[in-house]
Amino acid sequence: MTGILQQLINGISLGSIYALIALGYTMVYGIIKLINFAHGDIYMIGAFLGYYFINEYQLSFLPALLLAMIISAFLGVVIEFLAYRPLRNSARITVLITAIGVSFLIENVMIKLFTANSRAFPQAIEQQKFTFGSLQVSNYQLIIIVTTLILMTLLQFIVQKTKMGKAMRAVSVDTDAAMLMGINVNLTISFTFAIGSALAAAGGVLIGLYYNSIDPMMGVVPGLKAFIAAVLGGIGLIPGAVVGGLFIGIMETVVSALGFSVFKDAFVYGILIIILLIKPSGLLGKNVKEKV
Amino acid sequence: MKLVNRHTFAWLIVIVISFLAIEGLVSVGILDVFYEMALVQIGINIILGIGLNLIIGVSGQFSLGHAGFMAIGAYSVGIVYLDNPTVTGFFLGVLLGLVLSGVVALLIGIPTLRLKGDYLAIATLGVSEIIRIAITNMKITNGAAGISGIPLFDAIPMRQLVFIFVVIVTIIVVNYVRSSDGRATLSIRENEIAAESMGINTTKYKVMAFVIGAMTASIAGGLYASYFNTIVPTNFNFMKSVDILIIVVFGGIGSFTGTFVAALVLGILNTLLQDVSDLRMIIYSLALIIIMIFKPSGLLGTKEFSFSKLFSKKIKKAKKGGSTDGSVRN
Repeated sequence: MTGILQQLINGISLGSIYALIALGYTMVYGIIKLINFAHGDIYMIGAFLGYYFINEYQLSFLPALLLAMIISAFLGVVIEFLAYRPLRNSARITVLITAIGVSFLIENVMIKLFTANSRAFPQAIEQQKFTFGSLQVSNYQLIIIVTTLILMTLLQFIVQKTKMGKAMRAVSVDTDAAMLMGINVNLTISFTFAIGSALAAAGGVLIGLYYNSIDPMMGVVPGLKAFIAAVLGGIGLIPGAVVGGLFIGIMETVVSALGFSVFKDAFVYGILIIILLIKPSGLLGKNVKEKV
Repeated sequence: MKLVNRHTFAWLIVIVISFLAIEGLVSVGILDVFYEMALVQIGINIILGIGLNLIIGVSGQFSLGHAGFMAIGAYSVGIVYLDNPTVTGFFLGVLLGLVLSGVVALLIGIPTLRLKGDYLAIATLGVSEIIRIAITNMKITNGAAGISGIPLFDAIPMRQLVFIFVVIVTIIVVNYVRSSDGRATLSIRENEIAAESMGINTTKYKVMAFVIGAMTASIAGGLYASYFNTIVPTNFNFMKSVDILIIVVFGGIGSFTGTFVAALVLGILNTLLQDVSDLRMIIYSLALIIIMIFKPSGLLGTKEFSFSKLFSKKIKKAKKGGSTDGSVRN
């Protein structure tokens, strides 16, 4: 029983990170129907920024996290402006290929600048372990879960209660109608990229702290898994991304605990294929009929 | 149409001349071992690009999993040829790769090709990653260490073998596109719903293109395994799929001539940029973005070089004395 609970706690902390990345995927997909392949790399950039601020400027954890989020948000907006905005009316495949290009560009520039080797993330906060009976919880796990909760509440507030959030929801329902209603669509899309990138960067800094190792290719696999999480929960739906992220995180730790750790990635891809075949709209999604 | 007519004869001459040109350059020593390696790689890339172009450019289905099928071919040849290092062994390996990749593509294609656009891209990416993870964890494939010491095919030089396979694959794929099945496949790219309402079994043709593409990738994988002696699972990851995608996109999605040109140009660039390989990927990814923004149809769009068009232009010119209309596609 405690074994299961222990895995659940580990799974929730990992799943929170996936959920943070998945939120960016799902918001961007919801608003411009693009799988932003570069999103996983923003997460990597976030981790590197956190590393840089803590190591070079001796900042403590919280300011480093916030600065990493702000700079990554800016980067996300720049990427959208330079690479995706000129393709707003192109075929979706064209934009998807561009996104792959952006992802490769970020990875290779980072490899050029920092080499492909992994480096140790500074221990900005001393690691402590709390034991409840036979359960072990580290303060890192608590930080991850609490930070994720705060960010998600904040996101929920922005999307549901502010004017910008209303605009985001309107654009994702119908871009043209939203434009006719006087909503600045370009600004709204930029804002979505900013929020999504900031969340991914937060995930990157947190995972750096948790796993204590970062490298320029660290964003590829978590990025794909987070995308799968978004699809699993129902792409375009914010609660769906959270549900999917937690589900993937918990499943991964359980599969590893059962001794199939080498196959854990294959399990996640398997889930993706199954969900796409059975219910492409995701766990929380509604089926939409195709109209000609 | 006769099998041997002016156009096919002209192509035959092109094939023979390019074969003799390569052999000539090798025999006078202009193409040394280093350039020969680049040439073999270009040939393998052409086979990969043509297969992927059939899936993406002709049937219009976006696949990101080409490297997975290449891995199946490479490991089939690796295992069989290592065990039985004869010419028969090599071709048995290629045959095994063809069968395996065809079966896998069929099994995967039937359910996943119902998906559209980006969903299909992610699903195929997932499939190729599953293939790679399976290979990494199987005993017969020697896990993450991969297979080394695969003998080099030596009945004829590797460049000739690759050349022959490039010719065979190109002839098969291009003729498939020109067949009535190929036309049906093309109609799916143009408008899937319209094609379906005209009575075309879209799933069947999508799966057909997918299976043929997968099989050509397995041939390329087999050649790769024999030429490079060593294969490891990480050779066939997502990056490899994107490498092939870059060739298809540069050349023009839907143009086989474009794939040839792009594979050649990129192959030459690769050789020139050998010393700055980390910069090379930066240049490629930048070029990918810029091409997509300014010329999303690639180098040649869907245009093809064809002798029949060239000849008919000449005839028209002779008859009318000028003013030709070259805008007819294919």
